Amino acid sequence: MRNDATPGWTLIFAAWLVAAASTLGALFFGEVMHLPTCVLCWYQRIFMFPLALILPAGLFPFDRRVVRYALPLAVVGWTIAVFHQLLVAGVIPEEIRPCTQGVPCSQTVIEWFGFLTIPLLSVIAFSTIIALLIVTHFRSSK
Amino acid sequence: MNGKWVFAGAAALLLIVFAVATMSYKSESSDQSAQAVSRNKERLVRMHSPTLGNAQAKVEIVEFLDPACETCSRFYPLVKQMMAANPNDIRLVLRYAPFHNGSEAVVAVLEAARRQGKLWPVLEALLASQSAWAPQHTAQVNLVWPHLEGLGLDLERLRADMNAPEIVRIIEQDLADAQALNVTKTPEFFVNGQPLPRFGFEYLQQLVDRALQGT
Repeated sequence: MRNDATPGWTLIFAAWLVAAASTLGALFFGEVMHLPTCVLCWYQRIFMFPLALILPAGLFPFDRRVVRYALPLAVVGWTIAVFHQLLVAGVIPEEIRPCTQGVPCSQTVIEWFGFLTIPLLSVIAFSTIIALLIVTHFRSSK
Repeated sequence: MNGKWVFAGAAALLLIVFAVATMSYKSESSDQSAQAVSRNKERLVRMHSPTLGNAQAKVEIVEFLDPACETCSRFYPLVKQMMAANPNDIRLVLRYAPFHNGSEAVVAVLEAARRQGKLWPVLEALLASQSAWAPQHTAQVNLVWPHLEGLGLDLERLRADMNAPEIVRIIEQDLADAQALNVTKTPEFFVNGQPLPRFGFEYLQQLVDRALQGT
């Protein structure tokens, strides 16, 4: 069986697609639409952008250990994204909001279909990447 | 299927989508800002707006300026040079867009100085000393005063005038006009009512040159 025909390869490839699309999407929001980038968004970018580069390194040739290198980034990014989402949803109270000056992270700049905000997109993207990485780990270790 | 080709194809596709989305977004938003101007012609120049240069000039540059904006201070001498190179042909209309924190108070200083006939020298002095009174992109009106020395201002009167309701109204009106005209960053220029196609001094120069050559 060729390297790139294993299910692991396809899963990592899918995770990369999500990371690359998220990276370009974040750049589009920031650099093209000139939406203000709040502090939490920057931290999420810090953990998303490297994934777009690290994951392909595990594809050629396929190396399932890429999961070990990518997963910590994805988990930390996911944590920040969830925190951000809770902040926007108002679950986390006012006092511990970290960015009151400059661009408030609790401000909603985009809302598609009535519910899809940028922080929610981020939660979805990180969750998908984590799920794909975990499945890769168990599938390939068999 | 060869993984390398799948990957390269997907990467190329993503980049193409990004490029196409960027181009269509940009052309759409420049259409929108042109429409915003044509819908709001009366908002471009107000009776209260300070002007510089020949009232009959064939080229009118409307500039939305924030005294605390670094790029504004870099553009200002260039605009002055353009006006000096074409005496009597260019008129500058000043609109305020105090987007920086604390900047509204500095605009009030400008308008109060205008009552003493010193708007332009004060504007030039403030733009030149901007880094001293607007550290970290936050305008601090308390730091402004030393830079106004030697301009022959009655500072006591100026401080009292700053809170005049007319001045407050001018600032509110300019901010409302900026919003209606889609001005979100400074400096923003309109040459004979036309917005810049893209931000940059060369685009301003092109529009002005074209307007100068026109009728």
